[in-house]
Amino acid sequence: MMRKRERAWRVAGSVMFAAVLLAGYGCKKASGPADHGFPGGSEINGWARTGEIRTFAAEQLSDYIDGDAEKYLQAGVKSTSTADYMSKDQAQVVADIYTMSSAAGAQKIFESEPAGTAKNAEVGEASRLYKQSLTFRKGQYLVRIVAYQDAPQLEQRMVVLGRAIEKKLSH
Amino acid sequence: MNEKNGKSRREFLKNIAVGAVAAKVGLLAAMEAGATESAGAKSTVVIARDAQLYGTSAKPEASRVEKLLDRAMQTFYQSDDAVTPWKKLVRPGEVVGLKVNTIGGPGLSTHIVLVEAICERLQQAGVKANNIVVWDRTNRELDRVGYKLTATGNGVRTLGTDSKETGYEETVSEFGAVKTRLSKLLTRTCDCMINVPLPKDHDLAGVTMALKNMYGVNHNPQDLHENNCCPYIADLNMIPAIKNKFRLVIADAMMACYQGGPMFSPEYTWKYNGLMVASDPVAIDRTAWHIIEKKRAEQGLRPLAEVGRPAKYIVVAADAQHRLGTDDPKRIKLVEV
Repeated sequence: MMRKRERAWRVAGSVMFAAVLLAGYGCKKASGPADHGFPGGSEINGWARTGEIRTFAAEQLSDYIDGDAEKYLQAGVKSTSTADYMSKDQAQVVADIYTMSSAAGAQKIFESEPAGTAKNAEVGEASRLYKQSLTFRKGQYLVRIVAYQDAPQLEQRMVVLGRAIEKKLSH
Repeated sequence: MNEKNGKSRREFLKNIAVGAVAAKVGLLAAMEAGATESAGAKSTVVIARDAQLYGTSAKPEASRVEKLLDRAMQTFYQSDDAVTPWKKLVRPGEVVGLKVNTIGGPGLSTHIVLVEAICERLQQAGVKANNIVVWDRTNRELDRVGYKLTATGNGVRTLGTDSKETGYEETVSEFGAVKTRLSKLLTRTCDCMINVPLPKDHDLAGVTMALKNMYGVNHNPQDLHENNCCPYIADLNMIPAIKNKFRLVIADAMMACYQGGPMFSPEYTWKYNGLMVASDPVAIDRTAWHIIEKKRAEQGLRPLAEVGRPAKYIVVAADAQHRLGTDDPKRIKLVEV
């Protein structure tokens, strides 16, 4: 009888311990941006996310961006997520979110690239807007949106998408 | 294609009726500077360009791409018709691999329209459709660019090494600093390989084109990026299965990238409107390097060596240990049509 009760307590204890662990894990997961920072559905006007979100750990980053990975690794990238979007008029873009270990890492990458003729899109803490691309940094995140082809009002639309991502990353 | 053929080449270029506005035999700017005629064989690099390739569209026009391919191939092989060059290149019965480059996604990868034109000409030269294999490292990358994946059937096969039917060899191949496992598409499926890369800036290697495109045939490219990918790129290209099966480079220079590569950075990508052909991968890479440097200078960017990424693997690929081709401008015969 004692043994039975002891076993019951042990099982209950194990269940509680597992629950605490799971809760902790869940919190950890929840501390990152939902959907990896990619808005979808009603969160964004004029764009629809297409396909799945893919995430690459630091050591897998070269599978995605080949030799480009090295500079991100040196700047402390933790993971990279990518998603495709399509606008109402069929313009296609890819959005990449590089999660660095610190804001300094995002800044390092951002500043390593020539500003050229870029405009400031006023997205995030610093941004560069070109005809077919928008890059911005926000805290530990570096975000890059690249359009495959030019399209009418693409710049403004990329800014809309960029702001939606920024908002999502802030939560 | 060597200096002995100079006279016939001139005659050919004089007579060729493929719509070239001007045929120019010479060397590009910096290559022109110190280059003088020297004795001995030269490596020919053909650059065919068409300023109207894109017309008003965002995509190159198929009919113009086909004509441009014919012009480039006919010039390289000194042929009056469009099919003979391909008969010189491959034999019926051979399985011909087209190693494309799709890591740059839809914005900066080997154009499907060019690959289709190559497949068409190969078939006209007697190669069965099913003996043509368009491949790269992953199905996902091919699919994303718009290639229709087909591993079986009677048509042209298009697939990545990660297809369940293929994968990498268990046996390790090595040369110099490289130890790697090669794609079975290269080692087992294909008898020969046509390399169909595109000229791009590369964040580590400086330049990526023909030699660097071989990073898509092995299982561990991520291990080969130190020291500007040198001597790794040269060493990888020395591995017999790569070196012996390589036959020709047909570079898709319709678009090129001078900064921010190898991924697609539209702000640093421009329409070069060209195709490049060579059987010497070092010479064609040296030429691409020059084209990229020239564009960087035009855009006010510093030379690649000054920003810490000289394409030194190209020099190493030509050294006594490798001899994969020549990087000496004096020994490169550039033919622009």
